[in-house]
Amino acid sequence: MKAILALEDGTLFEGQSLGAQGRTSGEVVFNTGMTGYQEILTDPSYAGQIVSLTYPLIGNYGITPEDFESRRVQVEGFVVREAADIPSNWRSTQTLADFLKERGIVGIQGVDTRALTRALRVKGVMMGAISTQDTPESLLEYIRTSPNYSAADFARKVTTETPYRWRVGDTQPVALDAPDQAEPRYRIALLDFGVKYNILRSLANLNCETTVYPCTATAQEVLSQNPDGIFLSPGPGDPEQYGYIVDTVKRLVDKKPIMGVCMGNQILGYAFGSKTFKLKFGHRGSNHPIKDLNTGRVYITSQNHGYAVDPDNLKDGMEVAHINLNDGTVEGLRHKELPIFSIQYHPEASPGPNDSAYFFHQYIKMLDRFYGNN
Amino acid sequence: MPKDPSIKKVLLIGSGPIIIGQAAEFDYAGAQACRSLREEGIEVVLINSNPATIMTDLEMADRVYVEPLSVEFVERIVAKERPDGIVATLGGQTGLNLATLVAEAGILERYNVRLLGTPLRAIRQAEDREEFRNLMREIGEPVPESWIITDESQLDEPLASNIWPLIVRPAYTLGGTGGGIAHNETELRTITKSGLALSMRHQVMIERYLVGWKEVEYEVMRDANDTAITVCNMENFDPMGVHTGDSIVIAPSQTLSDKEYQMLRTASLKIIRSLGIEGGCNVQLSLDPNSFSYYVIEVNPRVSRSSALASKATGYPIARVSAKIAIGMHLDEIENAVTRKTLACFEPALDYCVLKIPRWPFDKFVGADRRITTQMKATGEVMSIDRAFEPALMKAIRSLEVGIYGLANKAGNTLSDMQIEEAIRVPNDERLWAITEGFRRGMMVEEIQSLSNVDPWFLRKLQGLVNLETRLKTGGKALGNLVQILETDAAPSVETLQEQYGLVIRLLKEAKRMGFADRTIAEFAGVSEGKLRKLRKYLGIVPIYKMVDTCAAEFEAATPYYYSCYDTEDE
Repeated sequence: MKAILALEDGTLFEGQSLGAQGRTSGEVVFNTGMTGYQEILTDPSYAGQIVSLTYPLIGNYGITPEDFESRRVQVEGFVVREAADIPSNWRSTQTLADFLKERGIVGIQGVDTRALTRALRVKGVMMGAISTQDTPESLLEYIRTSPNYSAADFARKVTTETPYRWRVGDTQPVALDAPDQAEPRYRIALLDFGVKYNILRSLANLNCETTVYPCTATAQEVLSQNPDGIFLSPGPGDPEQYGYIVDTVKRLVDKKPIMGVCMGNQILGYAFGSKTFKLKFGHRGSNHPIKDLNTGRVYITSQNHGYAVDPDNLKDGMEVAHINLNDGTVEGLRHKELPIFSIQYHPEASPGPNDSAYFFHQYIKMLDRFYGNN
Repeated sequence: MPKDPSIKKVLLIGSGPIIIGQAAEFDYAGAQACRSLREEGIEVVLINSNPATIMTDLEMADRVYVEPLSVEFVERIVAKERPDGIVATLGGQTGLNLATLVAEAGILERYNVRLLGTPLRAIRQAEDREEFRNLMREIGEPVPESWIITDESQLDEPLASNIWPLIVRPAYTLGGTGGGIAHNETELRTITKSGLALSMRHQVMIERYLVGWKEVEYEVMRDANDTAITVCNMENFDPMGVHTGDSIVIAPSQTLSDKEYQMLRTASLKIIRSLGIEGGCNVQLSLDPNSFSYYVIEVNPRVSRSSALASKATGYPIARVSAKIAIGMHLDEIENAVTRKTLACFEPALDYCVLKIPRWPFDKFVGADRRITTQMKATGEVMSIDRAFEPALMKAIRSLEVGIYGLANKAGNTLSDMQIEEAIRVPNDERLWAITEGFRRGMMVEEIQSLSNVDPWFLRKLQGLVNLETRLKTGGKALGNLVQILETDAAPSVETLQEQYGLVIRLLKEAKRMGFADRTIAEFAGVSEGKLRKLRKYLGIVPIYKMVDTCAAEFEAATPYYYSCYDTEDE
C-alpha cells in the first residue's frame, strides 16, 4: 500500500506503508545510529516526533521485548528506507512491520531517507506527517492544523501516572507497596519526564532502588520517603514549557545529591539561571564525540536532544563540564560546591555506546562522599 | 597533547613485495602515512624493497630507499639519516616483524631513535598467542580453549581434551600461512608440523574451532591520551573457519542487535586500551548465533587489510590518522578530512551497505584446491557500495571480472544436486553461486543454513534475488516486446508505455534497483544488451549518485566520494 510523507515546507516523499494505516503528524527528525531501532521506537524522548533512520536496512534483527525502553512505542511515526520482511536473530519474536501494526504506529518505507536527512540538515527540523489515505494537499492541510511540537507539554504525556518502584533485580516496574527485597545501597527518587528503563536497570545494577515520580510531583512528595539521592530523567519536548518542573527542582537542589540526564540537564540549566535554545537539526545518534573539560578526555556518546543549554547566564556555582566536539554546545553541567551534576547525552546508552556508563558509578561515589560511606 | 616537537624526521617501513595476504593495501596505507606526516612538517624517510609501489614515488617521501627490508639495511639507513623515530605499524606484518627484529638488535638505543606509535611491548602482547591470552584472562575477555605448541611432542594435551574440530594457527605469520582445521589426530599432526615450520617463532596455537559461530571484526583507534573509538564493524558472510581475507564481508554488521553490537564494541575498546596501542588495530571476535556468548579470536596491532577496507567503506582514513597519532597527536586534534568541519574523533555513520568479495587466482591455477579455509588464498578483493545488500552484492560480483554477471556461474547447472550440496557445505570460491543454484532447484533457507551455517538473513536476501530472477525470466518476453516497440519508427511516449506496460516496467525498475546487470536482463528478454539499455534510458531508469561522507549526511562534506544507486535524489 502506498504512503506519503510530507514536510511542512511542502517537500514530499513517496513510499509504501509500514505498520498501521492512517495518518500521523509530528516533528520530523533523523537519527544516524546504525543499530538500536527498538530502543529508539520505545524511547519516550521521541514523543511527538516522526523519526527517520539514516541507516537504510532496518528491522534485520526483528523485535525483542526485553530491549524496550518503556512500556510503549513512543514515536509518532517511523520512516525507513527498507524494512526487513524476515528478521534473523536468536532473540527476535516478531517483525518490525507486524510490531508497528500491532502498536498502531503509522510508518513509511521505501523513502530516500538520505534525501530527507539532507533536507532537514539544510532547513532544520520541522513539522511533517505520514499518511496512507491523504493526497499531498490534504496532508499539508493536516500538518497546518496539527499542534506545533514546541507548544506541547510532552513530559506530562509520557510520565508515569502514579509512582512506582524499580528494585534491585527487577526487570520491570513494581508497585510502591511491593515487598522490600534486600536493603539496597541507596534509595533514589527519580522525577520522570520520560525515563528510559535502562537508567533504572543501570541504577539497579549498582544496587540502588529507584522510586519513580510523575513529573508533576511536588518537591515535598519527592522527598517524602527520605531518598538518598535525586535523579532527573531525560524527556521529550521544549524545556521552555517546563517552568513547573524547574520550580520543583529549585526546591530540591540543596536537599540531596542530584544527577540529571538529557532533559534533566536542561532543567538544571534553568534552575541555575540559564535557558536553552533549539538546535537546527538536533543531536540524534550513537557517534557524537564529547569532551570532558576537566580531564581533556573524549568520549563517543549516544545522543537524543533537540535543545541545548545556553552556557552564558549560568549562575550560583553551576559550570559547563562537557562540550560537544562537533558544534561546541553544552553537553554537561557540574556544580562547584553542591553534589550536583548532569549530562546532556545518555550514560544508559541503549541504544549506543556504553562508554559513559561510568557516570552512574560517579553518582554512587558522590552519594558515598555525601553520606561519608567511604 | 599536540604533535611531539622532538620528532622532526621519521623512518617509515614499507611492506615489501606483494604476496598473498599482503597486497597493495599496505602501499595505500604507506602512501597515506607519508602525506599525513609531511602535512605536519615531518621529514619522511622511506624504506621499501618493492619499487612497484606508489609510496616509493619520488614525491611521496622526502627520501626513498629501495633496499631489502632487513635489520642490516635499516641500521645503515638509520645511521645515515638519523631519524628521530620509526613508524612500523603501516607496513603490514612485514613492517611489524622487521621493527621487532630491529628493536631486539639494539638499534633503537644505539642511535637514540624511538619506535613511534604502538609500543613494542603491545606488539609482542598482541602477537604472542600466550601473552595475548594471559592478558585477555586478566581483563576478563573470553578466549577459546587452546594450547600453545612449540614441538610436535606436545600434542598429547589437545588430543586428550577430545575437543573436535580444532583449529591450528601459527604465530607470527601473515594471512594465516600454515594453519588449518583438524578433524582428527592425523590431520592435527600434519597441520601442526607445517605450521611449526612456517612460524617465525616455531610456535603454533591449537584451539577450539567454533563451528557456525558468526565472525565479526571491529576496526579501532586509540591515541596516547587513551581516547579510543571504533571506525567500523564488519560481519562475515562466511561463519568461523574461513579466513577473513577469504570471506565475503559486509559493513556494517547486519544481524547484530544494538546489545550485541555494543557488547562487542565495548570488548574491542577494552582490548585496545589494555594493549596500549597507539594507532589503528583490528579486533576479530566470534559470536554465538544463539546466545550472548562470544570469544576474542585475535588482534592485529597495526593497520591491516581490514583497515584498508574499513577506510574505503567509511571514508575514515585509518592510516592517515594512525600516522598522526604516532607523532603524538590526539584524535580530537586531527580534522575529519571529509567534512573538514568535524574531527577525526568520532565514529563514522554509514547510510549504505558495503560488500567485499575476495578475488581468488583459481582461474590461473586451474588444478588448485578451491576450498577456502583458515589459510588465505585470495590474491585480491573487490568492494562495492549501494543502498541495500542485494545491489551491493551484484555490483561486487561484476567487479570480480571472472566472466560472471549475476547469480549464475558457468558450472552451476551442470552439477548434480549432491555436488551442489557439497559446494554449499564445504567453503570454496564458488559457494555463493552454489547457494543461488540451490535456491533455483528449490532448496529451503533452513536446508542451506544447516549445510553452510551462513546466517539466514543473508540466505533470504539471496533467495529473494533468485525469486526476482525467476520473475525476470517469466517477464523476459514482455520486456523483449517492449524493446521491439521502441525499435519501430513511431515509438510511443513514456507515459503511454507506462499505461500499457506498467507491470513489466516496474519489474525492470525493481531488477535495476536490486542490482541486476543490463546484460543479464537482456539475456532473459532475448535482446542485445545495447537495446535493453536504450529502453531503460528511454524509460528514465538511470542510476543516481550518492556520497560517502562519514556522517550519513548529518554534516556537509568537503571531499566526499560517490557511489551509484537506483534511488531518488542525485547528489
